Amino acid sequence: MTSKQNEKKSNSWLKFSSTRNFYPLAGKMTPWFMGLAIALMLVGLYMTFFVVPPDYQQGNSYRIMYIHVPAAWMSMLIYLLMALYAGIYFVLNVKLADMMAGGLAVTGAIFTVIALWTGSMWGKPTWGAWWVWDARLTSELLLLFLYLGYISLRAAIDDPNRAAKASGLLALVGVVNVPIIYFSVTWWNTLHQGASITTNKTSMATEMFVTLLVMVFAFWMYTIAIVLMRVRNEIIERERDTSWLVEELGKEK
Amino acid sequence: MFSVINLMVRRDILLAMRRPQDVMTSLFFFIIVVSLFPLGVSPEMEVLRSIGPGVIWVAALLASMLSLGRLFSDDYQDGTLEQLILSPQPLALVVLSKVAAHWLLTGLPLVILTPLLGLLLGLNVEEIQILTLTLLLGTPVLSLIGSIGAALTLGVRGGGVLISLLILPLFVPVLIFGTGAVSSMNAGLGVEAHFSLLGAFLVLSLLLTPWASAAALKISME
Repeated sequence: MTSKQNEKKSNSWLKFSSTRNFYPLAGKMTPWFMGLAIALMLVGLYMTFFVVPPDYQQGNSYRIMYIHVPAAWMSMLIYLLMALYAGIYFVLNVKLADMMAGGLAVTGAIFTVIALWTGSMWGKPTWGAWWVWDARLTSELLLLFLYLGYISLRAAIDDPNRAAKASGLLALVGVVNVPIIYFSVTWWNTLHQGASITTNKTSMATEMFVTLLVMVFAFWMYTIAIVLMRVRNEIIERERDTSWLVEELGKEK
Repeated sequence: MFSVINLMVRRDILLAMRRPQDVMTSLFFFIIVVSLFPLGVSPEMEVLRSIGPGVIWVAALLASMLSLGRLFSDDYQDGTLEQLILSPQPLALVVLSKVAAHWLLTGLPLVILTPLLGLLLGLNVEEIQILTLTLLLGTPVLSLIGSIGAALTLGVRGGGVLISLLILPLFVPVLIFGTGAVSSMNAGLGVEAHFSLLGAFLVLSLLLTPWASAAALKISME
């Protein structure tokens, strides 16, 4: 191949859709995202405990919000992102997209558990109950079930190609259903406090909002870093017989 | 098109009639689950009346899920499914006919039994009417959505348990509006909204799920 052709090829962003090119890139990016995640998390937690004032109604117990709200946001966004990658896998047939979807599912499920757990800890002092069958709690719980179904289906099928297609289809079916489930549950029962942040105005003090934003970014960076790590592991597992991987692993030593 | 549906439905019903115990099992399961509630919760008629619609709906959900494993598995094991996929007829149509046969064999009997079980749980005539109608609209949706799960888990280890994990969350909207109709009627509100939504679910799933199930079958047969 001539150098010109080489250059042309390297210009295409699709280059990184091949596992061979993606693996070293992900390896280089992971420490940066992880570093950012840790730094932002430290700043965010400091602000959570020492900077923001206690709430005039809920006292100090509301501080769990700075973990609860970002985790809940992430849990929902990751599901959409996972379905997007599943869609990309179907359209472009890129193996890497499926690996991303698989990696995201685990992180999404973890964030769902964190959101439910912290929500329950917040609910006890505020509502006086660990769990209530309120619309948002219930739909978050159902989201966890959707994640678990997706992860179990992937784990139950041995052939990676079939697992990719079957779980991708499930993710797409799920994403069509998520709004239906959400609205059904909302009409069914509502107790949860309304969302404090909407697109045009917030009902929140600036420092509280900034703290929340820092935590959201920390969670994002963590998600990117951990998913890249998971995808790298998946690449090692699936392509362990290829020579480029042996070379690449030799370099890392 | 209708000849294909007609042929497939009659074939599946004939096959099921040769082995009626399969159909009877899920029917008896339905009855047993419902009759466990008075024993487990309370024999008080007031209590039973208030939980009755929910109990019957949940039992119907579980019973229809129990029979879903067999939707494609027999044809898968004896190779018929492969021939069906290779046939010139659109696979979505074949899936739709199989789901229709499955509903006639397992969904419809549940609907027919509902008034009897409603009486056991102390529901009055109006409540039973509404409940039966919601089941009539809702159980086809269960079969349709369930067919996706059945197709995805075909020949997969532990498919029976897996299918419940995949599709039970998707059944939730049907469950909510199915049971909601009765309580809404008791609260003096209209039931039209619930029926409209159940009807919308039915139309939407009729339109979309056969394609999804057909795609899933092709993935499973690769």
